[in-house]
Amino acid sequence: MLSQEAQKQIDREVAKYPADQKQSAVMSALRIAQVEKGWLAPETIAAVADYLGMAPIAVYEVASFYNMYDLSPVGRFKLTVCTNLPCALSGGVHAADYLKHKLGIGFNETTPDGKFTLKEGECMGACGDAPAMLVNNHRLCGWMTPDQIDKLLAELE
Amino acid sequence: MTIQSIILAGLDGDRSWRLADYVQRGGYEALKKILAQKMTPDEVIAELKKSSLRGRGGAGFPTGLKWSFMPKNYVGDKYVVCNTDEGEPGTFKDRDIMRYNPHMVIEGMIIAGYAMGAGTGYNYIHGEIFDLYLRFEEALEEARAAGFLGSDILGSGFSFNLHAHHGYGAYICGEETALLESIEGKKGQPRYKPPFPASFGLYGKPTTINNTETFAAVPWIINNGGEKYLEAGKPNNGGTKIFSVSGHVNRPGVYEVAMGTPFATLLEMCGGMRGGRKLKACIPGGSSAPVLPADIMMDCTLDYDSISKAGSMLGSGAVIIMDETVCMVKALERLSYFYHEESCGQCTPCREGTGWMYRVVHRIEHGLGRPEDLDLLTSVADNICGRTICALGDAAAFPVKSFVKHFRSEFEYHIENKKCLVPPDVQRSGSDFFVAGKN
Ligand SMILES: Cc1cc2nc3c(=O)[nH]c(=O)nc-3n(C[C@H](O)[C@H](O)[C@H](O)COP(=O)(O)O)c2cc1C
Ligand code: SF4
Ligand code: FES
Repeated sequence: MLSQEAQKQIDREVAKYPADQKQSAVMSALRIAQVEKGWLAPETIAAVADYLGMAPIAVYEVASFYNMYDLSPVGRFKLTVCTNLPCALSGGVHAADYLKHKLGIGFNETTPDGKFTLKEGECMGACGDAPAMLVNNHRLCGWMTPDQIDKLLAELE
Repeated sequence: MTIQSIILAGLDGDRSWRLADYVQRGGYEALKKILAQKMTPDEVIAELKKSSLRGRGGAGFPTGLKWSFMPKNYVGDKYVVCNTDEGEPGTFKDRDIMRYNPHMVIEGMIIAGYAMGAGTGYNYIHGEIFDLYLRFEEALEEARAAGFLGSDILGSGFSFNLHAHHGYGAYICGEETALLESIEGKKGQPRYKPPFPASFGLYGKPTTINNTETFAAVPWIINNGGEKYLEAGKPNNGGTKIFSVSGHVNRPGVYEVAMGTPFATLLEMCGGMRGGRKLKACIPGGSSAPVLPADIMMDCTLDYDSISKAGSMLGSGAVIIMDETVCMVKALERLSYFYHEESCGQCTPCREGTGWMYRVVHRIEHGLGRPEDLDLLTSVADNICGRTICALGDAAAFPVKSFVKHFRSEFEYHIENKKCLVPPDVQRSGSDFFVAGKN
């Protein structure tokens, strides 16, 4: 159920750890699977478990513990806005409000066309670039003033 | 001459992370020196002890001493782990080290492996900087190709392998034993200590965990000697420190300065207060450190001892600057929410206490506070402190206690008047978000 390419990537992660510690690659494997499938459906979690020789419940425990895994479907672009205090001092909450208004959705909601999901995030270690936000987990954007947010939204197709 | 910059010195832009650039800046000379001169592990550790380098991850534990705790004659695997989880609100220095100087971290970790007899290392990089995880993997490839990593490094007979591991959104994994659990492929829940990682760490093997900035300081110390490093700072507070300055200054960002530099100097380096407004409060060491009012902060120098004497902590060196537009109740509400959200839930005082504190601060902020709430907050906070498996409990309690202590009248005003002393439009103006044309 995981593609050849995903399996190849997971194999590279597994090789980092001692031979009897394949489970150490579970966070990477879940990340790789999520990038491929968009979110972590129960059958995807089962496939990861099968591939690493883990119990599905053990994989589920990991998937549900870390915030960046999505256990339900999200829009094509998941926008996670940091609203923690250091960002808030430079407009983090205002950036989130601005996005809510522009997209017509609240936190943990998806636009009707399935394009955007909005999430509230915690500190991303980028407070100097506040307001900070993540696009699909892996792209960290800083200085998200209204102009910049407009530009980003226009660019995401 | 005073040395202001060691880790971020000589970096200019986007190529400086490459091996060739690092080598040109004198990179890997410390490793070569150790191997060529056949320095013993004890000599390396002695140099660190002389330097008075203290852990940059938050607790400030002396690094040389920590390294000496690793069992010497242990038969079997030992590990060195780098903590690049950087989730403490306000902290973003390790990101710049990883962005511009990853080889310095790699060299520091190889030296650590040599000094502690460890053959394998992992660098745990938080998931939010995923592009830097990929960059680190590339840097590792460069180091392997050049013979700095792998077996028989530079023909010395010493072997060390290093890998990157990424997190995926859990503040608690910055706690070192939670981090180890996470590398083992489990939920990041802190372990009971003792046993300490030096005896029972990753996969149950002796392990030493240090912060990214701590490892990055090591090559310079080997090249220039521990004494030089100590002299760059002040006694008991050796070297330089990288501060992450966020909030209401003109130029938020990362600043490396000598330990003992006056706080006022750092504030100047950041271009002063935004909009020329007045400093109201400062959290000097990341969100877990007690907040200090402006007048106390202005008298501090930036080092472990001065800030601790003032009643707070240097912590991770995350300096959060708040001006007079800030409502202290609202600020505390957001921090309390964070700790409640990030508690791993293992210990009752932390799991229940963080939620309780958040709900009480929330109701004060929303005009539903009761006169007895401030004593209640302090008592809940007191009952968390020292009664939990890891320090997240304390970290949640410190802000509550310090905000209520230093800004009590503001909390009382909220409770009595059901609104804030700082008018909403003033609060709104503080962020500069709505200033037209700013980008
Ligand atoms: C809740 C919590 C979060 C922490 N987060 C980090 C972190 O993000 N980075 C870090 O280096 N240390 C963090 N620490 C401290 C580590 O447990 C550990 O002390 C540190 O990595 C040791 O490195 P050092 O001696 O070089 O400072 C955290 C501790 C706690 C209790
Ligand atoms: S103090 Fe909190 S975060 Fe730490 S182990 Fe206990 S419940 Fe988990
Ligand atoms: S508080 Fe937003 S990135 Fe740190």
